[in-house]
Order: sequence, then structure tokens, then C-alpha cells
Amino acid sequence: MKQIRVNQAYGPVVEGEALLSDEGFSPRYDLDRWSGVITKPGHKLEGRSIVDKVCFFPTAKGGIAAGWAFYDIKWKRLAPKAFVFGVTNPVMVQGAVFAGIPITAGWTPHPREVLKTGDWVRVDPGRRIIEVL
Amino acid sequence: MDLSAEEREILAGSRGEAPRRALEYQIEVGRFWGAKRLVPVTNVHLMGDIEVMGDAGLEFLRNEVKSAARCAVPTTTNARCMDFAHCERLGQDAAEAAKERELIQCLRRMDVVTTDTCINYQTVYQPHLGEHVAWGDTGTVIYANSVFGARSNFESGPAALAAALTGRTPEYGFHLAENRRGSFTVQLDARLDDLADWGAVGKLVGEAHQDYFAVPVFHGYHRAPSADELKHLGAALASYGSMGMFHFVGVTPEARSVEAAMGGRKPAGALTVTDADISRVYEAYSLGDGDARLVVFSGPQQSLLEMKRLAGLFDGRTVKPGSSCFVTTNGAVLAQSRALGYAGTLEEAGVTILEGVCFYILQNLSPMRQANRWTNLVSNSAKIVNIIGAHRFNTILRRTRDCVDIACTGSLR
Repeated sequence: MKQIRVNQAYGPVVEGEALLSDEGFSPRYDLDRWSGVITKPGHKLEGRSIVDKVCFFPTAKGGIAAGWAFYDIKWKRLAPKAFVFGVTNPVMVQGAVFAGIPITAGWTPHPREVLKTGDWVRVDPGRRIIEVL
Repeated sequence: MDLSAEEREILAGSRGEAPRRALEYQIEVGRFWGAKRLVPVTNVHLMGDIEVMGDAGLEFLRNEVKSAARCAVPTTTNARCMDFAHCERLGQDAAEAAKERELIQCLRRMDVVTTDTCINYQTVYQPHLGEHVAWGDTGTVIYANSVFGARSNFESGPAALAAALTGRTPEYGFHLAENRRGSFTVQLDARLDDLADWGAVGKLVGEAHQDYFAVPVFHGYHRAPSADELKHLGAALASYGSMGMFHFVGVTPEARSVEAAMGGRKPAGALTVTDADISRVYEAYSLGDGDARLVVFSGPQQSLLEMKRLAGLFDGRTVKPGSSCFVTTNGAVLAQSRALGYAGTLEEAGVTILEGVCFYILQNLSPMRQANRWTNLVSNSAKIVNIIGAHRFNTILRRTRDCVDIACTGSLR
């Protein structure tokens, strides 16, 4: 089974459809928080929904205001199943943990080498592993 | 994680349900970052308003109040989304305004000091070298770490609130000396005469190193920078690079020399910023359809000395009919600006001064843009021209004097 090892992780085991991005993410700069669709003009995932996806982002963007945004989208049932970051920052982790959304950081190998958007994956934070099912 | 006896008591509920939950949450965040313990903090700065928190956040606060949550250390608030004196004219929602009022009352009942400012470091509290704080708004954090030598991570709303309730924060990131060492050097060979030039430096350096743990070491500048200049530099580094700290040799307390700032690390790179680099930043902004009807001085809020300078530049001039010019500042600066006549000069010129807010997080900003048919936003803040894109503005950075000219002539250059 193809696997990605992650360095840091929080949350329960979840499964979902993978959504891979070549661009970083901020729930404030990039996301329409009323539809769950990435609406920032020119974002590489512009027009794609993150709802119920396992979202792979290389970096975290954005400031402090993002911290409340995860809880907000979870409340509106627009949250992804999990956030998988290459590099992240404290705001993303604080926000995801507060909302109870699994989050990981650091990956080997790069997700592009083992999976593509639409694949079904299992995120296992306890074992620090993401499996392609 | 090693917990003190007091922390174990908090987890056992000795201080009530809200601090117990807050500490559990902090331990989860700390585990993610490999924190070995929590450190006491002396001061918390919290982002919390209805625009960023939404109905879910308000409901959370209501429950905190119900469980008698109280701040354990002095806690202040960041800039918010509404100045009630202006919300009707700006077309902000009355229902959201009512929620915002309730939210503010919830915070006050928790003993939060609602200062509503993103320049707490200039007007409210200046932590000392080595002092641990838990601040939110990235501009406040990078200023605390860099200029004061205090220690904070980016503490977003939920994390800052948790720190307020427990009086501590997980020890990771910039609380640890090893992460405060410089990672690369930046030689400043540019004049940098205007605040916008300092933001342009932050854009150039931040965009090239988008990493929270990257710490630039500035050196070689020909004079001592002012507090407002360092504020615009830091705000832009944090915005473009997600950075939480910089060193400035001979200026910031942990940077007596390049070597001291690097703390034994070898620089991973060496940049130089010249006048030509700064000119290219300005030239790179598209003027879009040429719309010059919106000029904003915000993000961060204006200090008293920025208010004085703006009053001098606007004195005897008027904002072009049909154009809008906004200045944001906090209540303390505005009160003194009124007493000193700066606010009067600006208002006579047709400038709208908004108190306790940031333009970027104004409630209802996208509909406001559409209703006014604004397409461009002109500002001397590199930070705000970076972060406001989700509201679909075309943004243009210009020097302060040029921004005033654009506001008064309606002509974009």
C-alpha cells in the first residue's frame, strides 16, 4: 500500500477523497467561508470545494484571523476531513485543533509521487501515516 | 509534556470548566509542536470580533461567559470589524452590529480590556527582553519578538483566549532561544524614506522566504529606523512571509552584531535591497482600470505621529468629490489627535477616521466594494495591499505623499 509519512499530526483517523494543491492555503485569503469553495482569483484550486476532502497544501498562508475560521466552517458543515500540510504555522494548528479537524505537517515522499486528486486516502495521525486506499 | 502541580490542578478542574478545557486544548497544540512544557505569560492580546469569529465563535463565547470564565492575566483586544459611529453609513449589517455589541459585552464580562487596537505595542503594553506573552495579530507578534526581544508565537483567537484563561502558553517556536537565531542576512542599501518603502522591503524579503521559522537579519542601514518604520517592516514580513521575527543589527536587542543575531548559525542566504529594488516594487503594481477613488491608511492602525504627518499632508487640501479616504486608528490615538487638532484637519479635508477597526476586516467589505463600484485600493501599507485580495480589490502600494495626492486629485500614477 502506498504511504506518506508525516512529521507532526493531530486528531482521529479519518478517510476521504484527496484534493492536492500546488499552492498554499489560508481560510481567510483563499476560501469563501459561506460555500467552502476556493474563490481567490488565480488560486491554483480556484473553483474547487474543500468540503469533506482531505486537503493537501504545501504551505500555510495568512494571519491570526484564520484561527477562528476553522471553527466557523466546521460549524457551517463546510470543513474538510483533514488538512495535510508540507509546512505549516501555529495559526493553522491552533485553528484545526480548536475545531477538532485532523491536521498534519511535513511529508515524505511528496504526495504528488504517490497519489492524485480524487484518490481515497486514510489519515492516521496516531501512526503519523497517510495511506492511499 | 511536563506539567506543574498547578497545571495538574487546573486539569482537575480547580479553577473551573473553562480553564480546564483551555489547558487541554493548549496541551494538544503544544504536543503537535513538541513542546516540553508550558510557560507563564504576563500579557495576552486577542483577536475577537464577529467578522472573524462568526456565529460559531459568538456561541462559544456565550458558553464561556456562562461557565464564569475570567482572564488570569491582563488581556487586550485587537482591531475589530465595526466602528459603530460609522457602520450605517458604510452599509454594514444592523444584525451583525447587534452581535458585535453582544460579543464585546461577553469579552468584558470575561475581564478582557477591549482596546481594539493592532498597535498595542505602541500604545498599550511594551514587554521587555525575554518576557513571555501570547499575542495575536501577526504584526504585534513580530514587533514583540524583534524590537522588544519579548517572546511570543502567532496566537490566533482561540489560542490567545486559552492563554488568557490559563495564564500560560505551550513553549515552542519563538519562546525557545534556538528558534530566535537568524537564518539569513539582508543588507539594506536603500534610502527607505517613506513608511511604504519599509513595507516594500518586507514584501521583497517575505515573498522570497515564506516560512514562519525564517528569521532575517537586517544590517548595513545608514541610519536608525523609527518605531513606525519597524512597524511597517514587521507587518509586511509577517504578511508576505508568515514570519514571526527579524533582527536588525544595532537596533533590536538580540542583534548587537550579525554574528550575535545568527547565534552560531551559518546564514542560509544573503540578500541585498537597493533603491532600484524598491522602485521595481512600485512599478510592478497594475493600475487596473485607473480607478483612484479609494485610498486607505490602515493595517496597521496609525500611530499619533503618523496622524500628525497625515494631517500635515492633508492640511489645506480636500479629498476629491466622489473619492473616499479612510484612516484607521485606536481610541487613545484618536482622542489625542482630536486634542491636538490632527483629526480636525483630516476631517476638514474630507478624510473618514475610523476608530478601533482595521479596514481589512470591516464587516461587509465585499458588498461595500460593490456598492461603491471600487475596483482599485491604494494604500501606503504593504500589508493591506497583500491581504485584501479575497475581497477582489486590485491593490496598489504607493508612498504616503503619493497616496495623499491620489486621494485629493483622483489621478493615479
